[in-house]
Amino acid sequence: MNLSVQLGSLRMQNPVTVASGTFGYGAEYAQLLDLNQLGAVTVKGIRLNPVRGNPTPRTAEVTSGMLNAIGLQGPGVDGFIEKYWPFLRTLAVPTIINIWGTSVEEYAEVARRFDALGGVGALELNVSCPNIKEGGAQFGTDVALLRQVVAACRAATRLPLITKLSPNVPNIAPFARAAAEAGSDALAVTNSVPAMAIDAETRRPRLANVTGGLTGPCIKPIALKLVWEAAKAVQIPIIGMGGIQSATDAIEFLIAGATAIAVGTANFYEPQTAFHVLAGLQEYMERHRMTDVRELTGSLRVGA
Amino acid sequence: MIEQTVQILAHERVADQYFRLVLRAPEIAPLVQPGQFAHVRVLPLKEALLRRPFSIFQANGDTFSILYKRVGKGTEALAQMEPGEPLSVIAPLGNGFAVPPRGSETPLLVAGGYGMAAMYLLAKRSPQKGVVFVGGRRAVDILCVEDFRALGWEVRITTEDGSLGEKGLVTQPLQAELQRAAAGSRLYACGPTPMLRAVSRLAEQFSVPAELSMDEHMCCGVGVCLACVIRVKSGESWEYQRSCTEGPVFDARQIVWEGQS
Repeated sequence: MNLSVQLGSLRMQNPVTVASGTFGYGAEYAQLLDLNQLGAVTVKGIRLNPVRGNPTPRTAEVTSGMLNAIGLQGPGVDGFIEKYWPFLRTLAVPTIINIWGTSVEEYAEVARRFDALGGVGALELNVSCPNIKEGGAQFGTDVALLRQVVAACRAATRLPLITKLSPNVPNIAPFARAAAEAGSDALAVTNSVPAMAIDAETRRPRLANVTGGLTGPCIKPIALKLVWEAAKAVQIPIIGMGGIQSATDAIEFLIAGATAIAVGTANFYEPQTAFHVLAGLQEYMERHRMTDVRELTGSLRVGA
Repeated sequence: MIEQTVQILAHERVADQYFRLVLRAPEIAPLVQPGQFAHVRVLPLKEALLRRPFSIFQANGDTFSILYKRVGKGTEALAQMEPGEPLSVIAPLGNGFAVPPRGSETPLLVAGGYGMAAMYLLAKRSPQKGVVFVGGRRAVDILCVEDFRALGWEVRITTEDGSLGEKGLVTQPLQAELQRAAAGSRLYACGPTPMLRAVSRLAEQFSVPAELSMDEHMCCGVGVCLACVIRVKSGESWEYQRSCTEGPVFDARQIVWEGQS
């Protein structure tokens, strides 16, 4: 049975990774999980300099999901290389580093720095974080800006580039095409959905940032549709994500057009989810007499 | 830290909205340090996904227990569970209280309501006996007093309505004690944030060290999500540190409170 998949020059031994921001920098889960069983480890977003992040409360639980407005707290490129890279580089599986900036130049500079580091599996361009004032989502909701960011990173590195698209657009197809045309090797679909929660008793927002990003099983149907639409628009592979908490969820993303999938919010409440997904995927393939996971990708049966 | 599905051994209502839950967890129980917590997934909660953090109350042989108040849908669902049912836990988690070594300062424990539960193991394992100051709104909010007395500790009670012990806030008798003999004491506190802040002020005023168990909305419990951060001094400025990983217990002098910068 073949479970391996290819995203540009990034080879994953299986199609299961984790969503940026839900897995720290990998080491935090090493006591609980054998990270080398994953297809890849995807780490929290890094920009050039350290970022303090938003005030608290930063998260709120909602029906079948949660809101977050962390504000991309992080150690910056140097802090990441010093504190977290020594562990990550010892892993047998590739590390996907999620990067962001507040300008096209900063994205490119971060890409250059990680290119020079050596040993990085791929870079994921975060153009879709809803929780920061500049950067993030503005690059993901303007086709021309998105094209510039991807092209600048493409010129800065030969590492595989994965562009993480925002769900907050009327039509994802032009964004998917712009990323592909500008040199992205793959897409990640999708990020959290802009949302808010209110405490009726106090009439206060439940997040200090007032609004945040909705994740968890409640966004799965939205994410599935976006993956399906993006897959119709481009030839490059897609990492599908949004509310995956079981093998069946993951398989639905593959059928919609994803080549790989990421477990996100479920890591917070069930750290073993990625392994349950992997085991369930193999069981499904046996039951459906499939020998290659790639047979599932884009196998949606529409119409009669 | 271990993730395990464990069995409920005993589950009883202690008083009013307070419950004591005992879990059989032979691999986890021996690892527990005072002030650490367990991150519990209440499996029957279908639409509320996140784990709930609970301070570990007692750890004995192959069991540990938590003492909780029924306050929301998580604890409401938990309160319905019966002995024999499974719970998924990740524990023990966090950096707890530093047990005072023999011959060191006299420990003064300060607890607000069920914050008492987080301090039991500290009292039990401390070679020095000290005083526990516990405060609550009403008599019914004052818990585990006999457990502490059984360890040979003195317990001083305050309630806001005067229904048990001295009327007022827990910091009043604490302040009186510090005025009487601050030198050679060390404070440990767990309770609502305003109480922790008041304890921190007293610690500063009387120049005594204090360890505070901080409370912030928690999500993953293991340090990846960066939800439960607390402002902690760093050089000339401050940084966010995780209450699940660097905490929940912090040195009071390191905390940067709301409104400070």
